[in-house]
Amino acid sequence: MIRKTPEPVQVVKQRRDTALSALVEGVPYAQFLGISFDRRGDELTAVLRYDEKLIGNPRLPALHGGVTAAFLEVTAIIGLSWAMLWEGIESGRIDVATLEEGTLPRLPKTIDFTTDFLRSGLPRDGYARAHVTRSGRRYASVNAYAWQDNRDRPIAQATGHFLMPRTDV
Amino acid sequence: MSDKRARMARDFIQAIPHAQALGMQLGDIGEGTAEISMAYDAKFIGDPVTGVIHGGAVSALMDTCCGAAVMSHPDLPSVTATIDLRIDYMRPATPGQAITARATCYHMTRSVAFVRAVAMDDDTENPVATATGAFTVEPAQP
Repeated sequence: MIRKTPEPVQVVKQRRDTALSALVEGVPYAQFLGISFDRRGDELTAVLRYDEKLIGNPRLPALHGGVTAAFLEVTAIIGLSWAMLWEGIESGRIDVATLEEGTLPRLPKTIDFTTDFLRSGLPRDGYARAHVTRSGRRYASVNAYAWQDNRDRPIAQATGHFLMPRTDV
Repeated sequence: MSDKRARMARDFIQAIPHAQALGMQLGDIGEGTAEISMAYDAKFIGDPVTGVIHGGAVSALMDTCCGAAVMSHPDLPSVTATIDLRIDYMRPATPGQAITARATCYHMTRSVAFVRAVAMDDDTENPVATATGAFTVEPAQP
């Protein structure tokens, strides 16, 4: 049996990181909020960098509920898009160079999104992960949660439904 | 009384750094109702291909508007926080147009306020999104 020689580590890393940054940097609103993504293999952790403009209650102070909801929605959409693109990026079917030039494939659209606010968001960095519960041809269901100091004490959780881009056009 | 309520609601939104960052403008304030609009800004785009505003920015607008509706309720709660908020996206907002949210606090108990809201662009016949939420209520200090 002939085994394919594994690709050099830097080739693998560069391909994945380039694709991810093209995906994230293509969303101006994620840049506005200061959201970036850490990647370990195919696992993503969203990072919300604290800024004074994210405050909703200056007396506590606490992050704006809308910021927390938006952070989770960005995490869910990027997480779902990443899961959708992963196979294509790894197989070479999706050319990373064209992603880098700004030609992104059609992304999923939010149908509905529900956020539960569990604790008030403190004025410091936040983290979030998304889990694609079901991804069908037309619809997908995604859960996401966000935390700050302690992952076992989430500040919010969310669930959303998404319309997948049509692949027949 | 209504002047006091309007002033409180106006102070409420002006004191929120994130509402300022999104350029939110307070419109009409009634008894448990609020209207807030947000001008189109390229920084808030979610899909660079179409130029459509990100759903998250619409969520922030809805959340703020729902909170303002709670604060303007005749029971005058002193402070409120979101328990949960669900947004349904009917259609993409038209690029270049402002988005206006209208929220109604339709029921309030001693501890919870129930709110619904609708967001529209220039086509006021077809909502961009609707929201339903529950908010905490801290009674006014005697």
